Amino acid sequence: MAPTERMLELRFPSRPDRLKVVRAAVRCAAQCRGAGDEDTDRMVLAVNEACMNVIQHAYGDARIGDVIVEILAGPAELVFRVLDFAEPVDPERCKGRDLDDLRPGGLGVHFIREVMDSAGFVQAPDGVGNVFEMTKKMMGPRLVP
Amino acid sequence: MTFETHTEGHYTVLALTGEVDLEVSPVARKQILASLNGSQPLLVDLSAVDYIDSSGVASLVEGYQLARSRRLDFALVGVSEAAMRVLRLARLDRVFPIYASVRERMAQAS
Repeated sequence: MAPTERMLELRFPSRPDRLKVVRAAVRCAAQCRGAGDEDTDRMVLAVNEACMNVIQHAYGDARIGDVIVEILAGPAELVFRVLDFAEPVDPERCKGRDLDDLRPGGLGVHFIREVMDSAGFVQAPDGVGNVFEMTKKMMGPRLVP
Repeated sequence: MTFETHTEGHYTVLALTGEVDLEVSPVARKQILASLNGSQPLLVDLSAVDYIDSSGVASLVEGYQLARSRRLDFALVGVSEAAMRVLRLARLDRVFPIYASVRERMAQAS
């Protein structure tokens, strides 16, 4: 079912020091929808990772650009959208690494896919930038296991 | 995030506190790698870590790999539940040596 309620929208510069604010917002939204502590922590981590990808990779050459996080709530789901205004991303380059290949980095995509029921790039409005959408199913006050 | 380093026995103990995220993980990484510059084994105390993301985990992996390459003992101690959830998600709870406390690690080593 399509999300019906726009819970909040955050727009911020792609700087690491803004991630605290994003995490606080996601935590509040998840708790408002009745998520338990562990599921809330997992959603906070996943959205943080998606924003990190934009901060680290989207704009390149250490440039700062805008990031938007939208949180939408439906009767049976929470939807998180992370938007940027950078060059289009090749989704094929955003695959997580094999966990048996032990090396620093490459875990963010894995975290997102483990936590969310679906995640991927969707059509950007007006074809500008990128929109990464993550959905977590919820059932009433409790998350679907 | 704050950090504190001290010595217990022949171990260097690096205690991280607070949120280890993209903003501060470069500091954590620098401290972990600097702690492995000498010949002392390293225990990273995560008991007061409230949050850790993939950049913080990457710092731990890098430290672990550097320690192995230098044949130095490297372990995590007192891992908080918040940090352990993330390590489990990355399946790194099966990779890192993890002990309940510095004392437990020292007792097993002796």
